[in-house]
Amino acid sequence: MSEQAAALRVRPEVLARPSRGFWEDAFLRLIRNRAAVIGGIIVITLIFVAIFAPYIAPYTYYEQVLVDNNKVPAWMLWLFPSMKGYARISDRYLLGADYVGRDILSRIIYGTRISLTVAFIGPIISLIIGTIYGSISGYFGGRVDNIMMRAVDVLYAFPGLLFIILLMAFFRSTLARPAPGTFVYMVSQLDAKLGGMLFIFIGIGLTAWETMARLTRGQVLSVKEKEFIEAARAIGAGHLRIMFRHIFPNIIGPLVVAETLAIPSYIALEAFLSFIGLGVNPPTPSWGLMISEGAGVIRTYPNQAIFPALALAITMFAFNFLGDGLRDALDPRLRGTR
Amino acid sequence: MTRYIVRRFLWMLLVLFVVSLITFLLMHAVPGGPFDKEKAVPPEILANLNAKYHLDEPLPKQYLRYLWDVFIPHISRIPPGTSLTDDHLINIKIGEKLWLKWMNFGPSYSSRSRTVNDYFRQQFPISAQLGIMALLVAVLIGIPLGILAALKQNTIWDYLGMSIAIFGVSVPVIVLGPILIWIFGVTLKWLPPTGWGAKPPFILGFIPSKLGPEFFKYAIMPSIALGLGQSALIARLTRASLLQVLREDYIRTARAKGLPERAVIFVHALKNSMIPVVTVLGPMFAALVTGTFVTETIFGIPGMGRYFVISITNRDYPLIMGTILLYAVILVLANLMVDITYAFLDPRIRLTD
Repeated sequence: MSEQAAALRVRPEVLARPSRGFWEDAFLRLIRNRAAVIGGIIVITLIFVAIFAPYIAPYTYYEQVLVDNNKVPAWMLWLFPSMKGYARISDRYLLGADYVGRDILSRIIYGTRISLTVAFIGPIISLIIGTIYGSISGYFGGRVDNIMMRAVDVLYAFPGLLFIILLMAFFRSTLARPAPGTFVYMVSQLDAKLGGMLFIFIGIGLTAWETMARLTRGQVLSVKEKEFIEAARAIGAGHLRIMFRHIFPNIIGPLVVAETLAIPSYIALEAFLSFIGLGVNPPTPSWGLMISEGAGVIRTYPNQAIFPALALAITMFAFNFLGDGLRDALDPRLRGTR
Repeated sequence: MTRYIVRRFLWMLLVLFVVSLITFLLMHAVPGGPFDKEKAVPPEILANLNAKYHLDEPLPKQYLRYLWDVFIPHISRIPPGTSLTDDHLINIKIGEKLWLKWMNFGPSYSSRSRTVNDYFRQQFPISAQLGIMALLVAVLIGIPLGILAALKQNTIWDYLGMSIAIFGVSVPVIVLGPILIWIFGVTLKWLPPTGWGAKPPFILGFIPSKLGPEFFKYAIMPSIALGLGQSALIARLTRASLLQVLREDYIRTARAKGLPERAVIFVHALKNSMIPVVTVLGPMFAALVTGTFVTETIFGIPGMGRYFVISITNRDYPLIMGTILLYAVILVLANLMVDITYAFLDPRIRLTD
């Protein structure tokens, strides 16, 4: 046997790799992506911080020590030399105290809860509304599809940010003083318990589902003509069964990836709403609210805006890296697209 | 093409109608009225105020009155600008003491001496200037960064460029704004931390009359704060699209026939890769022009966004309606422009549907 033939002969011991499933493969690709791993570690840390906030934070988020207002620790003067001369020093507060003497570090730590709740609930809401709407539209097609998608088109023409501001103003003032015992009263109680977040969720749900609906519709359209759907129909499966048992598992991947990539925008939306005063109710510590309060005194006490801003930026970084990594892992062809 | 534009135009009218209706209903569903003050207004005065602005009429009548004022052109003998309830955005003199007037958005309830059209003339141009500058920042940073990353795929340039892009996406205006102000406005004192360098009147309605260093000194920080996140999106999109185009057969053909690499990229690849980028530019322009609230608040810019937020708390109905309609028009027009641009970029796309 010549050397060439020997080289060409199939060598099973080289070709055979341990067979891996799709998810295992995706997971391996994910953990090989260094940025995604760092993002994931940060996200997990943030989840821990959010859960154990009362044990980590040195003070509560609402405790006001008015005599300590705007005090900064000594090391802050080294970071922000412009504060020398007027800033009062107190090393009780690691990142300083705000205008009513609340510990900024504790408020940042508690603020993690708000941002993370939005990061997890926001996608779920828009995913549920969007997939149901989109799959009905895509599955039944024809006139139903036409009407449903035209409605989405009209909603797309709404300036989103303006619409959400109007909606928030509507919710906030409708619930200002409800009569006890009514449904509205119950809703407002629930909202108060959530620190004003209920309406942020509703706002996100009402504005973010349209993109999901379009994506779902497209996915359903591409799957519903496949042979296995026809086979399912042939053996007498009903619409619901086909939708949930056969179509849904095949389209959920891209939808989840799209939602993961949208998480930073939900976090930013909450921060934005709190910034303009339509988000969480004080004293619930939202980073957006803290940045808004700090931005007013940025010339004198930059620490009050900069640290919550950094917390927000780091969280968005982490989710962006993780989302990118997830997308690349689940669909390597899409690397770098968005 | 003409039929397409006509159809799109009719669709646009329908959209604007629905947008105005939903806004109108939502706005009137909010409890409280424009004249509710801390100190209660005597009921007789309140009744008079409501009667003056027709707020005592049934809602459908109020809505039709609004549509009539805004959408239907009028011919009138009264010279324009004589009263607050008769201020039209478009006035054309068509004869001796005869004017064609169109688009009366009504008086502002919260400001006694201004109409909604005054806000459109004085505040909106500032938001538009900021939005356009931010879009320029987004395009001028985003596209070159995307091209660089795509041409040097999987090298340090690619990773560096895409890291910058992720950085840009992750830093919203409310983070970048205060940080920029603190670094360049407060610490280094290079740029004025707040304010805007252009005042009305504006050339053609939105161009500042003095486009000098004074204007840019004020505009540079807010434009970067607003545009950087968008530039990151454009960079990623440009990179992905260009990578895809570079694998096409016609690029191989162009290379095979011996064209210099520069010509292949800049003449053949780039033009085709711009389609997805142009697609996002339309909504992005609208989002930048409408999304300037935070930037305007942080940088103390007297643009439209701040007044919109205030108008909602004041229940200033005409100003709320006017702002939403104005931005809806911009959004719809921007999308129409995008669709028309497609046909120029890619002759395979025909505007028939």
